[in-house]
Amino acid sequence: MEHYDITVHEAQALLESRQISATELTESVLGRINSVEPQVQAYVTLTEDVAREAAAAADQSFSSGNATPLTGVPMQIKDVMSTKGIRTTCSSRMLENFIPLYDATVVERLYARGPVLMGKGNMDEFAMGSSTENSAFHPTHNPWSLDRVPGGSSGGSAAAVAAGECLFALGSDTGGSIRQPAALCGVTGLKPTYGLVSRFGLVAFASSLDQIGPLTKDVEDSAIVLNAIAGHDPRDSTSIPGERPDYTKALTGDIKGMRLGIPKEYFGDGLDPAVDAAVRQGIKTLEDAGAIVEECSLPLTSYALAVYYIIAPSECSTNLSRFDGVKYGFSAGDAATAWETQEKTRARGFGPEVKRRIMLGTYALSAGYYDAYYLKALKVRTLIRQEFEEVFQRFDALITPTTPTTAFRIGEKTNDPVSMYKSDVLTIPVNIAGIPCISVPCGFSEGLPIGMQVMGKALSEETILNIAYTYQQATDWHTKRPTLG
Amino acid sequence: MPLTREEVLRLADIYHIQLSEEEVAQMQTQMSSILEQFQSLSQLDTDGVEPTGHAVSLDTIMRRDVPVPSYPQESILSNAPDKQGEFFQVHTVLED
Repeated sequence: MEHYDITVHEAQALLESRQISATELTESVLGRINSVEPQVQAYVTLTEDVAREAAAAADQSFSSGNATPLTGVPMQIKDVMSTKGIRTTCSSRMLENFIPLYDATVVERLYARGPVLMGKGNMDEFAMGSSTENSAFHPTHNPWSLDRVPGGSSGGSAAAVAAGECLFALGSDTGGSIRQPAALCGVTGLKPTYGLVSRFGLVAFASSLDQIGPLTKDVEDSAIVLNAIAGHDPRDSTSIPGERPDYTKALTGDIKGMRLGIPKEYFGDGLDPAVDAAVRQGIKTLEDAGAIVEECSLPLTSYALAVYYIIAPSECSTNLSRFDGVKYGFSAGDAATAWETQEKTRARGFGPEVKRRIMLGTYALSAGYYDAYYLKALKVRTLIRQEFEEVFQRFDALITPTTPTTAFRIGEKTNDPVSMYKSDVLTIPVNIAGIPCISVPCGFSEGLPIGMQVMGKALSEETILNIAYTYQQATDWHTKRPTLG
Repeated sequence: MPLTREEVLRLADIYHIQLSEEEVAQMQTQMSSILEQFQSLSQLDTDGVEPTGHAVSLDTIMRRDVPVPSYPQESILSNAPDKQGEFFQVHTVLED
């Protein structure tokens, strides 16, 4: 196996025992980027110089004996998180030349542990989309089949991990943007409990739903990266106070007697039979490992999509009103008045999906519609949350498919927003409720990966990580790599 | 019922965003089909249900109001599209 194909924990073992140096590992990944990036296009910005410097510093850390589990490990950061001095675009014309003055808290926490930044990941513009086709710069291609989407909005991150263009990536998940691309690219993606990881320095899309999490090659790596990024942050007023556990200690591989619920609504109409079969086989594997499996019901599941597509655009229209062409970002230079500058700046700086969501949000929040749309959605959100709370009184976790189908073709859904939105139907409820969820690869259909979700109640990351870990101990889907180059 | 051209233009005006004729027409059809999906919510009885703004209920977290150094003016202005001296420069805001 090539060095770029190894996991974070495998890299850690090789680096610690000096079988490879951080510089060698970084060069292996840079070589891989050189050979496959023209096809995959997972990056918006490459940072080779930063990477080589960080690798040299990492080698120093190993010599002086102060390395961490992430020292010298090549990573990618989705281009929605601020990196001081390094262009942060959100894959938008609006921020094409924006250089942040500070690092996001997650970036700061990672840098303190010595990984190697390879670059910034391509994404749907401002994280709005399910295919990475909404990037203002270029689409990203699925490494398993280049004419298919990698999912989105963290499509660049999932594709980079799958293709060996980094060992792990950070993504953000507002309605499935970590888990859906993880499923479509055959990698492991974790959306933590809302508030577990700081959002400071994450460019806001829908603030009550956004959460940062890792995309990795396996669950052990998820736990290692989560250890680095989770923590209270006084700069994020929604950050949950208190200490975080060592998530790697939760990976015992023992789930005997654990109660797993299978919500029947997630196996309904529109689910590809191959996905259904793979996930049911995955459930069987967990049962064989000693879990107690029982069907359950979450009757409000079908309403979550509408709730999401009211709340997320409403929050987005508010958050994106900061782009006025004055303080930073793109500005239309040919306007005669300040208002005209604002109108033209937004007309040219935002792409079609961002405009659509801004308009939807403005509609849902406007006088006469507020009660019927926005307030109604917040009330149904309460009911969905309560429904999850009730079901988690009987179950330790829920198992579902991550996506209704495998990766679709590039261009297939770009002219039909409703059909695109529906590809998030199984990932969205988790964000509405704020609970944690991990997607792991559980099979293939016609050469395309399938993902299985493990959902838990708030702050039960240790439980869902251990279930997903136990699954990976018994299966080898997560060890498959696409053939490229 | 599909959104009218006037409704779309009114929303664009509220948000201060310019839309081309083509975009207005597209918004009319696409927004209408999206809004149609939202109708399902009206079937649910939500009388007496408290709205959830945030999934994790936290009391407002306060911090001490201690002065700390801010970013230098030069850095703050470094991303400005248009500036003059130590100021952001904008066009006339109040017209005659």
